[in-house]
Parts: sequence; structure tokens; C-alpha cells
Amino acid sequence: MDQLIFAGEVFLNGLMTGVMYALVALGFVLIFKASGVFNYAQGVLALFAALTLVGIQQGQIPFAHLINAAFGTSLHHFGWTVPAVLAIALTAGVMVLLAFLIEKLVLKHLVGQEPIILFMATIGLAYFLEGLGDVMWGADIKTLDVGLPQGISDTIETATANWFGYGFFIDRLDIWATVIAAALVAALVAFSQYTKQGRAMRAVADDHQAALSVGISLRFIWVMVWSIAGFVALVAGIMWGTKSGVQFSLSLIALKALPVLMLGGFTSIPGAIVGGLIIGVGEKLFEFLIGPMVGGATENWFAYVLALLFLVFRPQGLFGERIIERV
Amino acid sequence: MIYREAGDFKTSYRSDGQTFPIRLDRWGYYAVLAVAFGVIPFVIDDYWANAVFVPFLIYAIAAIGLNILTGYAGQVSLGTGGFMAVGAYAVYKLMTAFPDISIVIHILLAGGITAAVGVLFGLPSLRIKGFYLAVATLAAQFFLVWLFNKVPWFYNNSASGQITAPTRTVLDQAVTGPTASAPAKYLICLVLAVAVAWMARNLTRGTIGRKWMAIRDMDIAAEIIGVNPLAAKLSAFAVSSFFIGIAGALLFAVYLGAAEVGEAFGINKSFLVLFMIIIGGLGSIFGSFAGAAFLVLLPVLLKNTLVGGFGWPTDLAAHIELMVVGALIVTFLIVEPHGLARLWRLAKDKLRLWPFPH
Amino acid sequence: MKTTVPALAAAVMMAASPVMADLVVPNMSYRTGPYAANGIPYADGFSDYFTLLNERDGGIGGQLIQVPECETAYNTEKGVECYESLKSQNPLVLNPLSTGITYQLIPKASVDDIVLYTPGYGRTSAKNGEVFRWVFNAPANYWDGASVAVSHILEQEGGDLSGKKIALVYHNSAYGKEPIRTLQGLSEKHGFELVELPVDAPGQEQKSQWLQIRREKPDYVIMYAWGVMNQVAIQEAVNIRFPMDKFVGIWWSGSENDVTPAGAGADGYKSLTFHGVGQDYPLYDDLRTHVLDAGKAAGAGDQMGNVIYSRGVYAAVVIAEAIAKAQELAGTSEIDGAQLRDGFEALEITPERMAELGLPDFGQPIALSCQNHGGDGLGRIQQWNAGAGEWSLITDWIEPDAEILQPLVDEDSAAYAQEAGIEPGCN
Repeated sequence: MDQLIFAGEVFLNGLMTGVMYALVALGFVLIFKASGVFNYAQGVLALFAALTLVGIQQGQIPFAHLINAAFGTSLHHFGWTVPAVLAIALTAGVMVLLAFLIEKLVLKHLVGQEPIILFMATIGLAYFLEGLGDVMWGADIKTLDVGLPQGISDTIETATANWFGYGFFIDRLDIWATVIAAALVAALVAFSQYTKQGRAMRAVADDHQAALSVGISLRFIWVMVWSIAGFVALVAGIMWGTKSGVQFSLSLIALKALPVLMLGGFTSIPGAIVGGLIIGVGEKLFEFLIGPMVGGATENWFAYVLALLFLVFRPQGLFGERIIERV
Repeated sequence: MIYREAGDFKTSYRSDGQTFPIRLDRWGYYAVLAVAFGVIPFVIDDYWANAVFVPFLIYAIAAIGLNILTGYAGQVSLGTGGFMAVGAYAVYKLMTAFPDISIVIHILLAGGITAAVGVLFGLPSLRIKGFYLAVATLAAQFFLVWLFNKVPWFYNNSASGQITAPTRTVLDQAVTGPTASAPAKYLICLVLAVAVAWMARNLTRGTIGRKWMAIRDMDIAAEIIGVNPLAAKLSAFAVSSFFIGIAGALLFAVYLGAAEVGEAFGINKSFLVLFMIIIGGLGSIFGSFAGAAFLVLLPVLLKNTLVGGFGWPTDLAAHIELMVVGALIVTFLIVEPHGLARLWRLAKDKLRLWPFPH
Repeated sequence: MKTTVPALAAAVMMAASPVMADLVVPNMSYRTGPYAANGIPYADGFSDYFTLLNERDGGIGGQLIQVPECETAYNTEKGVECYESLKSQNPLVLNPLSTGITYQLIPKASVDDIVLYTPGYGRTSAKNGEVFRWVFNAPANYWDGASVAVSHILEQEGGDLSGKKIALVYHNSAYGKEPIRTLQGLSEKHGFELVELPVDAPGQEQKSQWLQIRREKPDYVIMYAWGVMNQVAIQEAVNIRFPMDKFVGIWWSGSENDVTPAGAGADGYKSLTFHGVGQDYPLYDDLRTHVLDAGKAAGAGDQMGNVIYSRGVYAAVVIAEAIAKAQELAGTSEIDGAQLRDGFEALEITPERMAELGLPDFGQPIALSCQNHGGDGLGRIQQWNAGAGEWSLITDWIEPDAEILQPLVDEDSAAYAQEAGIEPGCN
């Protein structure tokens, strides 16, 4: 009986973790859907966004270390702090600017190339952004606080304690992440269904050539999609960065999104969410039930094995477009 | 004028079928080999061996292995790090269990063991295709790393799980362990790299290579013209993993000397080797060398220029180094999207006419 | 490739122009990569102390100390490159601050006559100097740490741990696995139950482990973590309301970086340390006047007083003392690696000497010999005060349990000696 209640708690926490994974996976899906690019730089984008947010919030001087090294000055901070809401808005602005630059300097020159080449361009981008983030804001760890609550939710603990005799642990940050993810997905769906730009985005995703021929500006759509992906990266960066502080390792959360993508399909927003939930629950339950027998730390590989099991039966991913092969 | 194929007549099937049919190519490669075997071993020092040539050659072997799978047979793999770990742990177990048998045999056996593991994880490729196949190899990557970290038998029950390569010799010259000299380390890597490149070149020119390429271009069409996808895909996994296993064994035994599985053979290694073949050029042996050279030598060169040459702080130099590597990758793509190998081909086309433009 | 080689040659030539006559003590640092947050203060502290010696005393014994820096990014392959490029400058001693790189360098440095000094990390059994002639890991190592932590817990519980449950949360790597055998031995001896909870690197996601801790309610948690795993673990512990004063981290899980992201919740968190905390030592005044205010500080100059910065300073202090001892023994100020090794083996740092250095009660007394390269392995407990934002020492020096540790050290070093074909001995 106890075991069942514990499994219930693990299950719920798996769902919550799945939402966190899905947040990262969402950014990949958006870009893949609109431009067929597997964006390797998505994780670094999240790191860069979080670094920029903290930098703006704390009034850090960008490139201070470079300036100090070149001119022998000792600059660090402007000496002000910016409220969280304003800082988030400014960071979103930076991400739009970045999307614009990426289109202008990289993607524009690679229109019509094969997916593998665009993938490789994003590798280059990842290297560049990692270096840029460090040079701009420094490589030390930074505390991110935009006022999100953390820690166990007392309401749920008391309620479950009354029902089952064991209080469940649910992190309030995870609850917030779920709410924000739901809002984000709703907004994205509404945007792509009901606005002119959203429809244009879907048209581009269907067929670049056809979209161009009816007068849709490919360049505008790309800037837009990368901006949205940058914004999603910012949200993911805030959620993960609140827990761990902002540091290089934040870019590694992209690895957690990979099995989610494989499972959900690269082209489906609901796929990213459902895939995230399945991976989250699956790996947590496996670690809970089987982990102790084999020595633990199974989550990293089990996520992929789980995705693999699903793919053997559905090779295009759960929500991926059906693969039709013709000779 | 400088480079030309015309006027190079063949009078026998044998000469038509040789590894490099064009005379200028052949001479070029002979010259490179002559320098590699005849000059470099006599001038190489520890820094050049350990920081430049040994890693370059080892990564070139790994890149050739992955290129066979991804570039020739079209099967995306992100399990290179895990397969290299199999090679490394296999050679470690063999070295410590049978100290009297030659290390070369151990390295080849380690490649064989890796090939078997590679075939096992290649099985899902019969069902899953494209980017999605990466999940099977990623599962291999993470599972193998976990396994080597978890089971004490693989690291001979040492307290921490680090493995250290003892000294082993080839022709009375130590090639592993701390006393190995720079030329010895360099030569064993070079011999294996040349052998692997030669094998890969001839495999890809022959029947089996054509089958791989048919599968890559469209597997259903290949199946209709009589290529057995099971045999073709699994043989690609086997050959590829064999080479990658050799690279892993060398990386641990000759280059690093000690390794810890998560750090030395993590997912980053898989990505690094994949980057090498994409930058070098998919489906090209030369490209594997070029890509490995690009990603091994460039950071060393940049570091020495920025820190040694300009005296910059090391952290700033490391950050700028990342930016430069990233910017160079993007620039290369914009100039020539098909990798360094394609750039080399274009250069040959130019040389064919030069110095007369028409 | 053909064009890059000559260019590379030119660059390497520029890099490798060794300046003789100065004593070379390289700083293998990592200011980038996943562990940069801890690498930066350590490298700064290490460099700053030698800068102070050069500025204030004109070096050691009249010899200036050169501290060339090489960036490893905590990556073993970059570590190899650094080692080879530093080797051409005739370094006396290396301090790579990475267990992985240390394992790799142990055989190499022994052949190239370079001392490895790995305080608080590296290969624990290097304490046995008869096998590891060139490696020193005084004053304390991972196994000492585990034992000191248990001794502290023992003291908290009034000397009886039978029936208690202690969880070990560890980085699932060579480093994290180090304390397991020690703790298993101690659990047999004291009768407590040990729960092992590995966390895969990097450690962004630890929900399973902390849910398990919440379910099983261990009396204490010991943690061996590094990098982002530290911050996440402390945050998760706060989230499940694990009592912070029953949560003890190893010294690599006890810097300001690790606790500040968790905010006020981390108040009361404990960690081990093998040196003093804060800036309340006369040496820091010297550092401020001669280094920081003179604009000669390494890095951004904003790390002074940080726990890890102090650890960098302490490593430099021990090396400097060993150099002085070696100069005294060799009768010359221009010593080489072998002489420095002798200096280390004859090293004796008394409390009086520490006070003289401007660091009263900062470190434990160190007395090394050929047999003992690891010192006594004493540790102290420090506790985080989130309100004041500072660590404070809450215990005196605690002794590790040699009865458990010595057989483990002997066994592991004997295994290494056999594998590497070393004849243990003192000559």
C-alpha cells in the first residue's frame, strides 16, 4: 500500500518534471516545424537568455571583462537594478534582436540548403553564442530570482496527508511551470491558428516554395520563429535557472529534451508536451521501481530506451507526420 | 595545368583498379605518407605528439568510422562516445588480463568487440529512420556509459572507477604508459590510421560500399534493386563500430593514459565526432581527416596565438576561441556548404586550369 | 592540413619560450566550462598568493615565482595539452584541480620529475608515498572527509549511531564514488545504515533522489557533489524541508556559490573544510595592499574571501613552504622537481609558522614524510549563515578514523603498484 502511494507521488512529480522537459523541447519543435532546422543551439539559447536576464536585472556592464583587459579599467556594474518584469521584457527584446541577426548573418545565406547543413550552421551558432555569453556576462554562477515561489506546496501536502496519510511533495515552482507552459502552448496555438502571421508560419512550415509564391516573406517568418523560440528559451532558462542558478550547465538541459523530441515527433507542439510527460513519468517510475535493484542513476539512459520502445512501434514519433515513402 | 587527369593511361585492369587511379593523386598521397613516416617521427616532440598529432590521428580514425555509418550508409549516429568507451574498456580488460599478448592484437580485438556491440544497437535501424534513429544510438551512448560506471568488473574494482593504462610495448618500444616516447605513440596511431583509411577507401569503392550508398540514397529503392537492407545496414554498423572501437582503445591507452567513462566518452564526444564529419564532408575519407584536423588543431592554434602570442588572459582567450570556431564554421558553410572535402575538390578543379584561365 | 601546420608551428614557437632561472609553478585553471564558477576563485587565490610573495618578498629565497596559467576547462584532453605545453617550461609542481586530470598525470609526472600537489582531491591512496613518490595530497583527502563527516555526526548523536540512517548523495563519477568504501566500512563499525544515491552528471535534475530521501527520512545526508549538482541539491533539500543542520557536504560542496542560489532556505547548511573561512586573517591585509590595490590581482579581483579563493591561497601557501624547505635542504635557491619533492617530504608547517604567515589557526599542522604524503587529514565543519551571507567554523579540528582508512589506502595503493609495476619503497 505504501509503495502504491509513493508511486503516486513519484508519478505526479514525473509529470511535473515532464513539463519542465517539454518547455525545452518546445523551442526545438517551433524551429523545426517552421524551417526544418534541428536547432542544436536551443540549449545555449536558453543559457544566453538567462545570462542576459540576470545581467540586465543586476545592472552588469556587458563585455566588462573584455573592456577591463583591453583598457586596464575595472568596470563591473552600472550600479542599478532593474525590476524583474522590465528585465524580462528587455531580454525578450534582446532575443528578437538576436533572431534578426541570426537571420541576417546566417540563415539568409543558406536558403534552400539541405537540413544537415542548416543543422551544422546551428552547431556553429551554439559555439559562438556560448563564447559570446561568457564574454558578455562572465562565466561565474549567477543567482536568478524573478519572484517565482519555490519549495513544497503546503496545501497539497496537507490535503494528501488527510486523504492517504502521507503528504505528497509537489514543488511550487513546478506548479508555476505547468501553468506557464499551459499558457505558452495556448498562446502559441492561438497565434498560429488565428493570426495572419501565424497562418503564414504554418504555410511556410508546409512548403517553403509554395509559401514564397503566394507572397509570404520567408525572411520575416524566420525572424519571427527564431524570436518565438528565443522567448521560449528564455522561459525555459528562467524555470531551470531559478533552481540551479545561471551557469554553463544550463545549456545541457537540451540533452533532456532530446528523448522528448524523439518520442513526441519533431513537428508537433502537443507531441512535445505529451512526450515530455511520458518521459518524465517513465524515467521517474523506472528509477523508483527498478533503480534500486541496479544501482540507480538510470534516468539518463532509460529516457532513451523508453523513446526507443515507442519508436519501434511508431517510427515517426507519437505525433509526427506519417512517413510516406515512394520510390 | 598543375593537376590533371588527362593523359594518364591505364594498360592493365590492375592499374585501373588500384586505390588511387590518378597518377597525381597517387604521388600526392605517397609524398604525404613519406613525410608522415619518414620525417615527422624524427622531429616530433612530446608537445607535438600529445597535443597535436596523436589526437588528430585518433579522431580521424573515429571520424572515418562514423563517416562510413553516417556519410556512406546514411544512418545517423550519436553513439560514437559510447562505442569508443566499449573499445577503451575492452582494451583495458584485455591489457590487464593478458599482459603478454601484443597490444596491437588487443586493440584489434577491442575493435571487434565494439563491432559486435555496434551491430546490437544497430538493429533498430531496420525499423527507425532518419533523425529518429539517433534515439537508438543515444540509448547506446547513455546506457554504455552508465554500465561502465556501474559495474566494478569493467574497471577491475578500483576504488573510484578510473582506469589507467599500464606500459605495453610494440617491438620493444613502449607505446602506452608514461614511458612511451613521442615517436612511438605517433607511429602506432599513424599505422592504424593509414590502415583504417586504406580499408575504408577500398570498402567504399567496392560492392559493399555501393550497397551502403544505395541504402543511403533511398533504402526502399535499394531493396527493390536487390540490396539486402539488413546485411547492408548491419555491416555498416559493424565496420563503423570496429573503427570507432580502435579509436576508443587508442584514445584511452595511447593518448590519455587514464580515463573515466563519463568524462572521456560522454555525449560531447559523440557530438564532436559528428561535427568533424559534417565539417569535413559526409561520405569522404579525406573529409574525415580534414574535419578532425579542423576541430583538433584549430583550438590549439587559437589558444597558442591568443595566449602565447598576444598574452591575453586565458579565460578571455578560451571564450574568444569558442566564438572564432563558431564563426568559422558558419562562414565555411556559407562559402561552401558541403564541407572541407568539397572545398578540396573545388581547389583541384581550379588547379586543373591554373595558371591558364581558359 | 598542410597549411595549418606551419602556422601552428609559428604559434607554438611563440608560446614555448621558457624563461629560466625563475621558479615555475603553473596554474592549471578552469575559468570556462561547466565548473568555471568554482575554478575562477581557486585560480585567483592561487595566483594572488604568489603575486604577493613576488611583490612583498621578492619571491621565495630571492627567486621570483612564475605562475603561467593554462586553461583546462576541466577537460582531460585540454589537460593533456596544458601538461605538454607547461612541461617545456620546467614546472616544479602542478595542481590541476581535477580528479580526472590528476589520474592522468600521476604516471606521467612521476616520469617527468614533476611534483603533483592535489590538496583535498585527486587519488586518495596517493597518501602512501612509498608507491606514489611524486604525488602529495596533504592535508586531507576524500576518505578523510567522509570519516570526519561521520565523526561529526557521531558527536552530534552523542557517540552512538546504531540504527541510524545516513544517505550519501554523490556525483556519479570517479570523484563521487570515492567515499563509498570508507562509509561502508564506517557503517559496519558504527552500525548505521548507508543509503547510496548516485546523481548523474551534470545533476540538473535530482527529483528522484530527493523524493527518496523524503520517503526514507535518513537522519543525515552526506553529499559529494560538484558544479551545478551542488546548487540543485541544496535547493531540493530546502524544497523538501530537510533539516539543513543534518546535511553535510564535502569541502567541494561548500562554497558561497553553492548556497546563495537557494537563498534563506540554505541557512544552517554544513560542509567540511580543511582551512579557515572569511577574511579575518592578517594575510588578507597584505593581499589587499600588495596585490588587489596595486591592480595586480588575477581575474576580475572580486573573489577575495570566497571559500574557494581561500583554498587556492592555502594550496599556494603549502607549495611556497615546500619550496622554501627544498631550498634550505638543497642549499641553493634554484631548485628542481626532485629537490622540491624532498622539500615536500620534509615539510613541516607548525601552528606558529601559520601565524607567522599571517594565517593563525587557518590550517592544521602539517608534517610529511616519505611514507606519509597525505598529512593527518583533519577537517572542520563550517556552517552557512544565510542572513549574514557568510560561513562560520562551528567545530575544532576533527580527526578521521585511521583504523578504517589506513587499510583502504594500503590496499588501493598496493593494487596500483602491482598494476603499474612499481616497487614500493623510499629510494
